[in-house]
Amino acid sequence: MPSYSFTVNGEAVTVDAPADLPTLWALRDKLGITGPKYGCGIDVCKACTSHLDGEAFNPCVTPIADVEGSEITTIEGLADGDTLHPVQEAWLDMDVAQCGYCQPGQIMAAVALLNRTSNPTDEEIDAIENVCRCGTYFRIREAIKQAARNM
Amino acid sequence: MPGSTTERPKGGQHRTVQPSLRDSTFGKVLSRPVGRRRFLAYVVAGSTLTIAAKFGVDTFTAGDASAQIPSPPQLLDIQDLGDVLILAGKPTEHLVRLEITDEGRAVLELPRAEVGQGLTTAFAMLVAEELDLPLEMVEVTLADARPELLFNQLTGGSNSVRSMYGPVRAAAAAARSRLLAAAQELWGAAPEDLFTQAGKVLNKDARTAGFSSLTALAAAMPVDRIVAQPKDPSEFTLVGTPTRRKDARAIVTGKQVYTLDLDIPGATPTMVRRPPTVLGTVESVLNESEVRAMPGIIDIAVVPTGVAVLAETFGQALDGKNALQVEWGGGSIDGRNDEDIKQELRAATLPAAVPPLLGGLEEEFDFAFVSHAPLETNCAIADVREDSAEIWSGMKSPIVAQETISLELGIPHDNIKLHVMQAGGSFGRRLYWDGAIEAAHISKATGRVVKLMWSRIDDMRHGRMRVRTHHNIRATFAAGNVLSFEHRVATPVTDWSHGLGEILTSIGAQLPGGNLTFTETVFTLTVKMPYNFGATTQLILETPTKMNTAAWRGVYSPNTRGAEEIMVDEIAASLGKDPFEFRMEHLKEDSYREVLSKVAEVGNWGRSMPAGHAQGIAFHEEYRSCTACLVELDATDPQNPRVTKAVIAGNYGLPINPMGLKAQLLGGLTDAISTTLTAGLHIEDGLPLEGSYSQFHYARQKDTPTDVEIFILPGDRDTPGGAGELGVSAPVGAIANAYARATGTKPRSFPIIFPVDFEPFPR
Ligand code: FES
Ligand code: FES
Repeated sequence: MPSYSFTVNGEAVTVDAPADLPTLWALRDKLGITGPKYGCGIDVCKACTSHLDGEAFNPCVTPIADVEGSEITTIEGLADGDTLHPVQEAWLDMDVAQCGYCQPGQIMAAVALLNRTSNPTDEEIDAIENVCRCGTYFRIREAIKQAARNM
Repeated sequence: MPGSTTERPKGGQHRTVQPSLRDSTFGKVLSRPVGRRRFLAYVVAGSTLTIAAKFGVDTFTAGDASAQIPSPPQLLDIQDLGDVLILAGKPTEHLVRLEITDEGRAVLELPRAEVGQGLTTAFAMLVAEELDLPLEMVEVTLADARPELLFNQLTGGSNSVRSMYGPVRAAAAAARSRLLAAAQELWGAAPEDLFTQAGKVLNKDARTAGFSSLTALAAAMPVDRIVAQPKDPSEFTLVGTPTRRKDARAIVTGKQVYTLDLDIPGATPTMVRRPPTVLGTVESVLNESEVRAMPGIIDIAVVPTGVAVLAETFGQALDGKNALQVEWGGGSIDGRNDEDIKQELRAATLPAAVPPLLGGLEEEFDFAFVSHAPLETNCAIADVREDSAEIWSGMKSPIVAQETISLELGIPHDNIKLHVMQAGGSFGRRLYWDGAIEAAHISKATGRVVKLMWSRIDDMRHGRMRVRTHHNIRATFAAGNVLSFEHRVATPVTDWSHGLGEILTSIGAQLPGGNLTFTETVFTLTVKMPYNFGATTQLILETPTKMNTAAWRGVYSPNTRGAEEIMVDEIAASLGKDPFEFRMEHLKEDSYREVLSKVAEVGNWGRSMPAGHAQGIAFHEEYRSCTACLVELDATDPQNPRVTKAVIAGNYGLPINPMGLKAQLLGGLTDAISTTLTAGLHIEDGLPLEGSYSQFHYARQKDTPTDVEIFILPGDRDTPGGAGELGVSAPVGAIANAYARATGTKPRSFPIIFPVDFEPFPR
């Protein structure tokens, strides 16, 4: 079985897996990194959203072979030790989470947006497709705006 | 479906309790003999103090959790489903466990499920309030299945805070009294010189003792020294203030553990290939050896619901599942479609009784099937051995789950450990344990620890759904007055086998309406008419179409009350009245008018809107709470409408956590936007076509308002009303009314925009 090396949250890892194994399952089932969630497996719900070399990506549809040599950041790697990322802080402040299952993906999507543009418009926030079945969208919007002010 | 019966469990004593007064009994405590008002406490182990709340002075022994089955108390006045659930839980409420640890922390073991509704935070607030303990010193865990709790471990009917508000406060008050008694003993102090504050007992003479230093002594205090009196709500300092979720930090750092995040040794990723139609069966597997040879595949097993594939990773289990060729047997609705189910319902709808007069309206409405679609798909971990089992899953009815698993697997129910996991959403879905029992079957068949995950496609197609409903509403009016209002609903049967059925049976003789079916009973107890509309009747009838159904947030209210709120607008129009003014004139209660006028005022009701835009307004009352909603909607493209603004007000009688209540109203708004405008399931040839969120159009960020204002009114009672389900129905009406006004149409079929705009996944 081929093996693939990459870094996750700053740590170098090597995984033995078939080339087409979606990275989500390498993270969850082989590395025990469970922050990224399964919600659809086909790039629809965005619950698995994480970062690949600083950009949002969806590991449920990214074969493990494609991440060889790359840097992955999951929700677990976003905070700096005990110091939360301003987006996480804003999420706490606005008390965004309900069931919380979508929120790792929502936060990673919001961080990616704020990395691209420091002051996102409502239209740019609208473009985030992550499903929140608990319907927390308005608090997500508010938290993104608050994080933008604080960053 | 059997009707309610008069059979009740034998034995046990019961006291007469009027549910609506249950918590005000605390307020009256002082005026009653002390001997009858004690909250006894018992010690379970060492210096750890465990408190069980107890009402009255009937026989009760320390740690006795298996007393004879008590009868539910007699009922004076059941007004809603919540009263039924409160009553059913009452005989076992003294079994609530609250522990004060030797670090002075409080740990409440909550016999309910946390699925995102914020219960653990609300109960931590109640405990912190009663104990005068900082909130961060309170921990709330979810109890494993505890069969001795009988009817008191079901999370549903927006009832958890309503039913546990009293017992949890009583338990915490008992703990506080015990700590005070310990300090009294320690210092030889007079009781009136002692009080509690911030996790300490304070003496008037300035001596203080942290709870942690008192627990050992407190645990050893004789039981009869403890007299507990929960605070009067007027003394609350934490309860009623906006409080953030206790588990929020774990969630935003990815540390919150859901079922599939558990690290159970040997747990093997498992998925199931399911039949091409709802409730279909497996005849034979045609290519098992081929699939077994695929990379990573560990085992394959046929179970009642399909063919299970176990693999090293879920990715490989999914590949294996997709590669399986299976010969399937028929299901329960093979060949049936949405349209014929709709026609069946229409034909089954009972006729209205009052003859249509000159001034009258008669309208029909249809609401499609809707998936619960929680973001975490159905899942469970099961470790089934020869004569025992351990199972982890998000379950709102774990006692009935345990019984069912025991029966189906032939394992004594005492040997089945069921751990209730925090779940990624429910909306009614997790009243059922189909993930847990399926995982148990697979574990038994393969001898492995099974980590079962349903695919999203399966979760939508083979999961549970809200039933389709058909509505016929006839209103008559004359001389500006509504004379009669009749509403007839027909639906396929909803499955109540998650324990509510047994609860209703146990209370049966006391329920209004005599020999009703469970569905009729639930309908009667949840759907109310808040307007004075003359002779009013609301009736439901179900057809025997067997599908995977479950109550969906709000049960019958979102559709039934949603349709009624549309009718209210249309009646107002017929009478030449403004929809807001008309509602104000006809609402039954001042508190109803208060929420309605709040949203009208803040939302600037009646302001002029550009073409294609409109406002809509509606009201809803349930479980002793009420809410109103005003929306603005942009339908300049009628096929692509967007709610641009929402103003919502809620009155819960006694709000526990306004921040959490606002979250529930926000969630209800999003549910209403989705199900009114775009989200539903099409049934075709015995299966829902929708298989993911790209097809089942639950709202995304772009579909939701950029301007939302939510108000929690102070309330005027000393008991909390229901919260979880309240928020859907008023926005359904408001959105439909805004759409009607913006487009000049009369929406009758929901969701309004409902094409099959996708290529369905293969079956
Ligand atoms: S699980 Fe990756 S997008 Fe849904
Ligand atoms: S918080 Fe539950 S899905 Fe978003």
